[in-house]
Amino acid sequence: MRLINLNAGRFSPLLKILPFVILGLVYWIAADARHALNPEDKLLPTFEALGEAIKTMVLVPDELTEEPILYTDTVASLTRIAKGLGIATAIGLVLGILQGTLPLFRSLFSPFSAAVSLIPPIAVLPILLVLFGMEESAKIALIAIGVAPFLVRDTQQRSMELSEELLIKVQTLGASTWQIILRVVLPHVMPRLLDALRLSLGAAWLFLITAEAIASSEGLGYRIFLMRRYMEMDVILPYVAWITLLAFLMDWALAVIIRKAFPWYRKEK
Amino acid sequence: MSYLQIRNVWKTYEENVILEKLNFTIEKGEFCTLIGPSGCGKSTFLRMLLGQDTPSRGTILLEGEPLSNEPGSDRGVVFQKYTLFPHLRALENVMLGLEMEHSAFLGKTFGSTRRRIKAEAMEMLSSVGLEQSARKYPSELSGGMQQRLSIAQALVKKPKILLLDEPFGALDPGSRSDMQELVKGLWKQYGLTAFMVTHDVKEAFELGTRLLVFDKVRNDPQSPNAFGATIVNDIKLDKNKRKNKGEEHVKNNETTIATERPL
Ligand SMILES: Nc1ncnc2c1ncn2[C@@H]1O[C@H](COP(=O)(O)OP(=O)(O)OP(=O)(O)O)[C@@H](O)[C@H]1O
Ligand SMILES: [Mg+2]
Repeated sequence: MRLINLNAGRFSPLLKILPFVILGLVYWIAADARHALNPEDKLLPTFEALGEAIKTMVLVPDELTEEPILYTDTVASLTRIAKGLGIATAIGLVLGILQGTLPLFRSLFSPFSAAVSLIPPIAVLPILLVLFGMEESAKIALIAIGVAPFLVRDTQQRSMELSEELLIKVQTLGASTWQIILRVVLPHVMPRLLDALRLSLGAAWLFLITAEAIASSEGLGYRIFLMRRYMEMDVILPYVAWITLLAFLMDWALAVIIRKAFPWYRKEK
Repeated sequence: MSYLQIRNVWKTYEENVILEKLNFTIEKGEFCTLIGPSGCGKSTFLRMLLGQDTPSRGTILLEGEPLSNEPGSDRGVVFQKYTLFPHLRALENVMLGLEMEHSAFLGKTFGSTRRRIKAEAMEMLSSVGLEQSARKYPSELSGGMQQRLSIAQALVKKPKILLLDEPFGALDPGSRSDMQELVKGLWKQYGLTAFMVTHDVKEAFELGTRLLVFDKVRNDPQSPNAFGATIVNDIKLDKNKRKNKGEEHVKNNETTIATERPL
């Protein structure tokens, strides 16, 4: 049988977790080997050491905040990323639809937003820091600035892909520009915007962690860069895993929302 | 005064003359079928009636007034490609036009208005035989059902003029004749004035009260685009006569048109 026709069948779940198991095993063997040579090794902490560190960060309240550090950091980071992405989505929706639907607005704004989207967001970070310093706004703004241009451009394209016949048809049904936007363009664009948002999650986390590493006093990104100074791999590694899990859950939640809120969307294709 | 007057209408795209010297009038309630070789400008003519495109020269008057130069609810359209709203169920697709009429801001209605609109849309849906599929999304309907839905969607607005551009091109012969019956019935019921482009000469004769044949009368082999197509044959179809002669009549006319076509 050809390889392209070979499916995993009922072994599929097994195959899915296999790479994770292998990674764990390799880590375990490597950590063991290093600790056999040097019991003080900090680079690859053993599973026991990792367990201890996780217990501390999840259960023991911090002296300053009286909350466990993982909790404070997670709340701080998720708030920032949610606000940043919320602002970016709103900008993407409004500008994207206006540019995609109204030729006048497109002529006015399209070159401008194309230019803006070429500015590397990280290059804007110093400006944001000068303006907002350690304030939350700096971090939220970086995420919004980093993600919004992509969402604007994607939404513009999505609005423009509506067929000419469909737009003619809705006009023959007596629709005004506003009604066309509300009843035809918006429903068409919404699930696609959420799809684009899913694709932007990676970038959003990148901007969040960068901003936190440079200007913050709590947050997941702040913590891993702080711990790097003390080479505390037993904190850094669980944090990285936790960040990955959070990103995965956000992606999954968006996928569920798209499926539940727009049942016609996947069928359309 | 005639219902629809086409006065010396020309259409050119850059140097290419597509249509020239169109001069005729249409009475209210007529069913015009349009035939002619591919690329001669039938769809272009419909687009001008629709307001999607404007004549390069000449005017089109509807009830004595110049046609508005953007599509509006006085002219309904059914394209060959199904133009349904994928996010709305069949019934909602039909309701949309009525809802937008009643709610300028939201384009959506509630309560008793909504119930009334729903009933009206449902009635329209049953007259195209889709009452069973009211809750389905367009993607869950077959090609013929989608086409019937887009006819219902256009008719529910009670347009003065209905434009059909090869509406049954993609259907199998069975659903095709069902659809012909349907359109004929709705045309009678609503007293529509209709224009239908088709490549099926038999269909053109059976459905129409008037057959407009588009073709070029002049041709310059050196520059094929110097002259446009115009109406080379304008046949008033007498319903009863046609019924009596049946198929025979259709066949004869088919050959007439073929020989009349200038080279
Ligand atoms: N927007 C446009 N710009 C330039 N030329 C055009 C445009 N639209 C149509 N044409 C030309 O006008 C001519 C007539 O096109 P039209 O679509 O009206 O033909 P048709 O009679 O409907 O043909 P068919 O039977 O194949 O549908 C074609 O030669 C086409 O290339
Ligand atoms: Mg055509």
